[in-house]
Amino acid sequence: MTDGARRAVPFRGGGFRYRPVRAAGWVVFVVVLLLWELGSRTGVISPIALPAPSQAAQALGDLVETGMLWKHLGSSLYRLLGGWLLGTAAGMAVGLTIGLVSLARAGLLPLVSALFPIPKIALLPLFVVWFGIGEGSKLATIAFGTFFPTVIATMGGVDGVDRNLIRMAQSFGLPYRAIVRQVVVPGALPATLSGFRISASIAMVLLVAAEMIGAEYGVGAYILMAGALFAIDQLIAGVFLLSVTGLAVAWLIGRAERRWLDWRG
Amino acid sequence: MQLSIEDLGHRYGALEVLQHIDLTVSEGEIVCVVGPSGCGKSTLLRLAGGLERPTSGRVMLQGAPSSDSLNPLTYVFQDFALLPWRTVAGNVALALEHHHLPAATQEAIIADVLARTKLSEFHDAWPRQLSGGMKQRVAIARALAVRPEVWLMDEPLSALDSQTRDLLLEDLVDLWTRTPFSALYVTHNLAEATRLGHRIVLLSRRPGVVRSVTTIELPLAERERHVPELAAIAQDIWQQMRDQAKAAEREMLHD
Repeated sequence: MTDGARRAVPFRGGGFRYRPVRAAGWVVFVVVLLLWELGSRTGVISPIALPAPSQAAQALGDLVETGMLWKHLGSSLYRLLGGWLLGTAAGMAVGLTIGLVSLARAGLLPLVSALFPIPKIALLPLFVVWFGIGEGSKLATIAFGTFFPTVIATMGGVDGVDRNLIRMAQSFGLPYRAIVRQVVVPGALPATLSGFRISASIAMVLLVAAEMIGAEYGVGAYILMAGALFAIDQLIAGVFLLSVTGLAVAWLIGRAERRWLDWRG
Repeated sequence: MQLSIEDLGHRYGALEVLQHIDLTVSEGEIVCVVGPSGCGKSTLLRLAGGLERPTSGRVMLQGAPSSDSLNPLTYVFQDFALLPWRTVAGNVALALEHHHLPAATQEAIIADVLARTKLSEFHDAWPRQLSGGMKQRVAIARALAVRPEVWLMDEPLSALDSQTRDLLLEDLVDLWTRTPFSALYVTHNLAEATRLGHRIVLLSRRPGVVRSVTTIELPLAERERHVPELAAIAQDIWQQMRDQAKAAEREMLHD
């Protein structure tokens, strides 16, 4: 500095930091709905293309009144939960085995890798042939679709467990089963739970697809029927139900993470 | 009980790591193993505790085991090796659970070892809430809980800053002074070795062989007052390994 004048060091840090703005999400929701309603009322949005939110709400109200809501939602939730539980339970067991047993990895991993990328919707007709048009084929599709991502996530979780923790457990003389239960499974749990998020969204996709092929009840069947009848208000109501279901599932997984992964702080 | 390492040799494939190691840890004795990095110090410790199988030679335990030792050869690791999903008490409990002690006995052991390592108030804390020094205290408490015959310590203070290291070193001296224990203590820090070791074994560079053994007669509790003498011993050992440490530092790492 030649002039020797005193001046403050200019501030150039800050920014690039996330801070929570609590109400913003709700405000956006309300604004979008209001604009949509306004557009429909003024005729900017054609009622044939997209009904007003109030009309969709009306259709939802009809569903509640006639009692059909629980019938559709109940069937869907049963398939979603049943298929997902089957698929993830089997997937965790196989993933853990592949992660722990060299022979299982060598034998099963190529098979898993070959089957994983198949869009499971493509197998739906096959499952209809095998398990019938009823609940069997729907449960099988969802179970099969959630199985593979769970295998991959659990296996990755087991691989990621700190080997030094396992060595520590061995050095204290823990039996094999105790090492698996106390070290490997808890260590793989974070990866397994993030696998749940993926498998749950896959389950939703497969649920709707399966319900669009020969189902009397279920949100997917309801949406398909509404589309066929050009009842777009009902269609939107069905989509709304799917969105709420997805949010509920995500919330439940978030709860499970807080419950089981509280040690991460 | 006495731990004897007899003509131990080890190789990873074509890589000869250790050769003809003979070493004895007597009852109540701390043997420090020092050497340039990559001399097989940690491998030696893993072989000594049966975590790895030696290529040649053997490790023997001699003498009647005391009846209340749950895990005669117990490790303390450099990275602490605490389960992050267990609290302080839970981590200590891990070493006890598979012995199926009565619940009250187990609780009493945990309370006792946490008190001895000044951790009582951290009974329910998570590892992530603890500093490095506190984590290593938990690992020491966990080792105390199984009443080892011989401690196998793998650079237990190397991951800590120098202030914490000094504090923990004093704690170890205190623990030993109250109840002498046997230990095979691997370190690269010569100040640590001269402060804790009854004998200091210097290993050469790979393949590791015993180059020299230095015996320090001064009782552990009195060493605090004899820093210059200890520094002279450390300097002497450093002179012996200096060139090798220099060469080791320039070496490419394997795998």
